[in-house]
Amino acid sequence: MRHLMNPLDFTVEELDELMNLAHDIQENPEKYAHTCDGKKLATLFYEPSTRTRLSFEAAMMNLGGKCLGFASADSSSASKGESVADTIRVISCYADIAAMRHPKEGAPLVASEFSKIPVINAGDGGHQHPTQTLADLYTIRMLNGSFDNITIGLCGDLKFGRTVHSLIEALARYKNVKFILISPKELRVPTYIREDVLKKNNLPYEEVESLEEAMPGLDILYMTRIQKERFFNEEEYLKMKGYYILDKQKMELAKEHMYVLHPLPRVNEISVDVDEDPRAMYFEQAHNAVYMREALILTLLGLVPEK
Amino acid sequence: MLNISGIHEGYVLDHIKAGTSLDVFHNLGLDDKNYTVAVIMNVKSNKMGRKDILKIECPIGSIDLDVLGFIDHNITVDIVEDGNIVEKRKLTLPVEVKNVIHCHNPRCITTIEQGLPSVFVLTDKENAVYRCKYCEEKYDRKK
Repeated sequence: MRHLMNPLDFTVEELDELMNLAHDIQENPEKYAHTCDGKKLATLFYEPSTRTRLSFEAAMMNLGGKCLGFASADSSSASKGESVADTIRVISCYADIAAMRHPKEGAPLVASEFSKIPVINAGDGGHQHPTQTLADLYTIRMLNGSFDNITIGLCGDLKFGRTVHSLIEALARYKNVKFILISPKELRVPTYIREDVLKKNNLPYEEVESLEEAMPGLDILYMTRIQKERFFNEEEYLKMKGYYILDKQKMELAKEHMYVLHPLPRVNEISVDVDEDPRAMYFEQAHNAVYMREALILTLLGLVPEK
Repeated sequence: MLNISGIHEGYVLDHIKAGTSLDVFHNLGLDDKNYTVAVIMNVKSNKMGRKDILKIECPIGSIDLDVLGFIDHNITVDIVEDGNIVEKRKLTLPVEVKNVIHCHNPRCITTIEQGLPSVFVLTDKENAVYRCKYCEEKYDRKK
């Protein structure tokens, strides 16, 4: 039995297969509409996350399966003090696969150790959010055809943004990806990303502050939200919040085929006037996440139809 | 010159970094045992300048050498039986250490989940980096 805790749990070849499957689901949804008939997905969300939970549920329903679960710790037996290990032991009797979001880092890994069904990490604190990374990879591959020789700009909160860290680690396995890390000094990538991932793998990267100067060289711009909850004082947050705002004027500096991604939700870092730009791909990215989650559910349940 | 008698059965831990033998003593859990232990500190050493030594009279097998490797893999271990050194062992960094150290990350699941062992995994042998199995936080030996 296999679980998904970290995007690197899959080899590059396995990821390719997963993305091919997601593409086939996207192209031929009717072919997959009953692949999970009679199967149940448990969404165990110890903290609220509308987007991820609904995306998982939509994915399971698209495959003909059903969903059960809870949307916050208050509405689960965690509020009575039940451990993650006990919860998953019981849920294993009710469902065929589980997606877990938990504020504590490593909670889904604990669940996987006690589970009789596949467990998907749907986000654990500031640690990992692998299905977001899978959706990011799928979208980049769809837009660029491959990952080779792309220049990706990651902009905003590169210090606390777990989606950024996971994406860099995942892209580091492909050839000739160049990283432009655009952030204020205070929000640069953590040392382990710079030392253990970028430098260790001899990956070309630049750390810059100006989004305008970086724009013309990019194939992909991955914007991120400055996360209010990570700051200890309001003043510091407000200073950082307005640091990067992608608007129509800045988009004029970009290549004709430079695509904009964002893990969402956005606050003000992408102006709404960019939404109409055909290069704005963040809603497409959220849509793609459903197909990737469908592909993942099928793969972990061993229900991928034979070709 | 200080005279300390030899041991009949047990371990002599040599080349301990000067001043750290009490940490080694605690980390090996010797506080809870009734073994006769000689803690010898700040001994002159050609190789290290100064070093500490621990002599532990105990049954062979009762010291977790994996833990010792994690604490300081430069320590050398002499295994003594019937008053003679029967084996000199070089330590290596263990691949995993269980319930020896605890994760300092307040967001880690090990801080709230009952009965969960504290497990650290060797992720970088060259730099002796251990990370929590669950949250992957790097263990900081200075904390």
